[in-house]
Amino acid sequence: MPSICFYFQVHQPMRLRHYTVFDNDDRYFDEGRNAAICKKVANKCYLPANRTLLRLIQQHKGRFRVAYSLTGILLEQLDRYSPEVLSTFHALAKTGCVEFLAETYYHSLSFLYSRKEFIEQVRKQIDLVRDLFGQTPKVFRNTELIYNNDLGLLIEAMGCFDAILTEGADHILGYRSPNFVYQPKGCRRLKMLLKNYSLSDDIAFRFSNRYWAQWPLTVEKFTRWINAVNGSGNVVNLFMDYETLGEHQWEDTGIFDFMRCLPGELLKHPDNDFKTPSEVVASYEPTGMIDVPHVISWADTERDLSAWLGNPMQSNAIHELYRLEKQIKRANDERILTDWRKLQASDHFYYMCTKYFADGDVHKYFNPYDSPYDSYINFMNVLDHLERRCAAKEAPILSCDSPPASGIPLAAVSV
Amino acid sequence: MGLHDEGTRVRVFMLGWEFPPFISGGLGTACYGLTKALDQLGVRVTFVLPKMVDSQYATHVRLLTPQAKRQEIVRRVARTDELTNVSFRAIMSPLQAYATPKSYDEKVEQVLRLRRETTTWSGSGDGGGGADYAGDLYREVHRYASLAMDMAKGEEFDIIHAHDWMTYPAGVGVAMMSGKPLVVHIHSTEFDRSGEHVNQMVYNIEREGMQRADRVIAVSHLTRSIVIGRYGIPGDKVEVVYNGVERSGVWSMTPETIKREEKIVLFLGRITMQKGPEYFLQAAKKVLDVMDNVKFVMAGSGDLMYRSVELAAQLGIGNKVLFTGFLRGDDVRRIFRMADLYVMPSVSEPFGIAPLEALDNDVPVIISKQSGVSEVLRHALKVDFWDVNEMANKIVAVLKYPPLRMTLRNHGNFEVRKLRWRDAAQSCLRIYEETLVPA
Repeated sequence: MPSICFYFQVHQPMRLRHYTVFDNDDRYFDEGRNAAICKKVANKCYLPANRTLLRLIQQHKGRFRVAYSLTGILLEQLDRYSPEVLSTFHALAKTGCVEFLAETYYHSLSFLYSRKEFIEQVRKQIDLVRDLFGQTPKVFRNTELIYNNDLGLLIEAMGCFDAILTEGADHILGYRSPNFVYQPKGCRRLKMLLKNYSLSDDIAFRFSNRYWAQWPLTVEKFTRWINAVNGSGNVVNLFMDYETLGEHQWEDTGIFDFMRCLPGELLKHPDNDFKTPSEVVASYEPTGMIDVPHVISWADTERDLSAWLGNPMQSNAIHELYRLEKQIKRANDERILTDWRKLQASDHFYYMCTKYFADGDVHKYFNPYDSPYDSYINFMNVLDHLERRCAAKEAPILSCDSPPASGIPLAAVSV
Repeated sequence: MGLHDEGTRVRVFMLGWEFPPFISGGLGTACYGLTKALDQLGVRVTFVLPKMVDSQYATHVRLLTPQAKRQEIVRRVARTDELTNVSFRAIMSPLQAYATPKSYDEKVEQVLRLRRETTTWSGSGDGGGGADYAGDLYREVHRYASLAMDMAKGEEFDIIHAHDWMTYPAGVGVAMMSGKPLVVHIHSTEFDRSGEHVNQMVYNIEREGMQRADRVIAVSHLTRSIVIGRYGIPGDKVEVVYNGVERSGVWSMTPETIKREEKIVLFLGRITMQKGPEYFLQAAKKVLDVMDNVKFVMAGSGDLMYRSVELAAQLGIGNKVLFTGFLRGDDVRRIFRMADLYVMPSVSEPFGIAPLEALDNDVPVIISKQSGVSEVLRHALKVDFWDVNEMANKIVAVLKYPPLRMTLRNHGNFEVRKLRWRDAAQSCLRIYEETLVPA
């Protein structure tokens, strides 16, 4: 009975270059480093993983299906630095077995700070996916699976989505299982899929951990665990970063072999099948309502926002960033707007996290900074320059134009 | 372990430097912190240090001089009551922590002048065995060694622990004479103090001390690698023991309610080549190019003091840089309380206790990557000492962004509490025990 629903998150931020208070130009991003990382990850993960999954789809004649969420800023970078990755995504899209999800174009935390900006970024992302892959996303996932009731309501109100994904955190589920379709509190149409974090993390985090009692994770063992859901659930949602394949878990851990064999083994059981999120919500009705008054995410053990907003530097940086919104939009300069939006990627705030800094760990992954402090200083220097650029742009307009109509854009978005 | 059992307690003949309240730098602070913690672990320490007979602070320790054949002028010690397992021995000598051949000559000169003026002096100054100084620093170091050997004859101990090069000949001598093992403790090397202009005689003394020692303690991995790389000491003999910090014990809220017009950026340390004062000033200049309401305070003295005053003037920031001269005790605490930021731009710093004291006083710190303390501090800003642009960038950020200050201070203060002298003393004790019971 259980359907297996794979969704892979594919994202790379645009990292900032070293920018001091003495710098005075608008080259904020580290082209060289971003290109190098993009190419490196393309070779270790995106290309081999895309080819592996494409072959699986062909081999199983459409019975193997997956979903991706690709951020706009990743797609831009792939276009620039690794176009061959983009063409393998095209090939995947053509199979008809791949679903693309919607999210914020800039992998931002904008939902928490500006509904208007959030909606603009989601629309921008949908447009890009449609242009590239000829498919209009019907399922939404928010950055880092951040979610609360308000987000459910907002996504339903946007009118273009069938479902939303989030973390199957213990404290929102209670005794219930993540292996069913649910309905967000207050919603009438929108459905909700919850990540089975235990089975997802067995692959994403524990796969190569030799101290794990279940190591090595074989296809047979994992299939047994999935089959055990039979009768007590409809769907197993395996949500993870795409970099799990080849980058977090290197090729020599056997992760690609695992993926190559897994579908065949799972499909041996006649009740199992693979479904994309849209197919899942089309197949199953909600079995209950999920109430999430406080914001959750898929990060760390806390499953909260502390990885991005846990210390005074992080909250200061993000508040300063969104404080500029009106000013940025008034400046009416595409380049200023784009730079501001690239600064919204959640990664910039993740780099400022001091939570596990003393131990040094996952937070280090592709972190361009030696310390969270360096990251904050760099970010604030860039932001300071952006604000000055914006002010320079704005000053002449303000002097001759009528007062800025600050009320208008905001009113248009209240949802 | 039976540590508190009289019979099995380790007895250490420690050749050290300075004790409060007259401490001129990290070496004295380290000797005091370590000895106090060893005392608390029940280790019995005979602490030997050089003293000038006419120095104004001779009253502070129980003085036993070999000249007096140990029938002592016992002058009461202010702090011995809290150090139950430590006894002090002073050797009359003009040796001082951080002495250089030049500073030694000046010191002797000054003492002689003082003696000519005050005719009460009754000792002999003929340079023979009875004199309390020798003609130059090297001879003095060896004279000190022979006096230490004399003194050691009347002492009971299991192991010798010598701190920094001027005491190594004494350590080696006492070890040879007594047959007891020697541990040398490297707080700094000639390469740290003099860059590449190494004084060969000092280097030789250091190397011989390290070679003859049974174990070598380095205050950081930075120093350990110098000991191995530059002095050719086998790595298995060299161990890292990080310094600690003495908690001020005063828990203050340091509320930022006292709004001063000007921010204060502090340099505190000896103003010598090793400490990088010129990089501090060059960074100050850059900061002042983009910020106005900042004062830079240089607290300390040293052979580059006048040159630093000149450099500040040359850079056109003379009115923004204040020199306080050497500070001690409460003055240090007071200056920390005033500071918004402490910068340690050392060119080469084997450890660096001052940043820990700054953090203990709730002052955020910028430290050079070329310091041992950067191996143990994560919640500090770090720069290459020569990168004045980055140093200025970080200074500006700390002054400009209160959330940065707050985060650094909170985490830094927490982190510094984990660096205890007790842990350093425990490591030393383990090293003593391993040395005494060879595997």
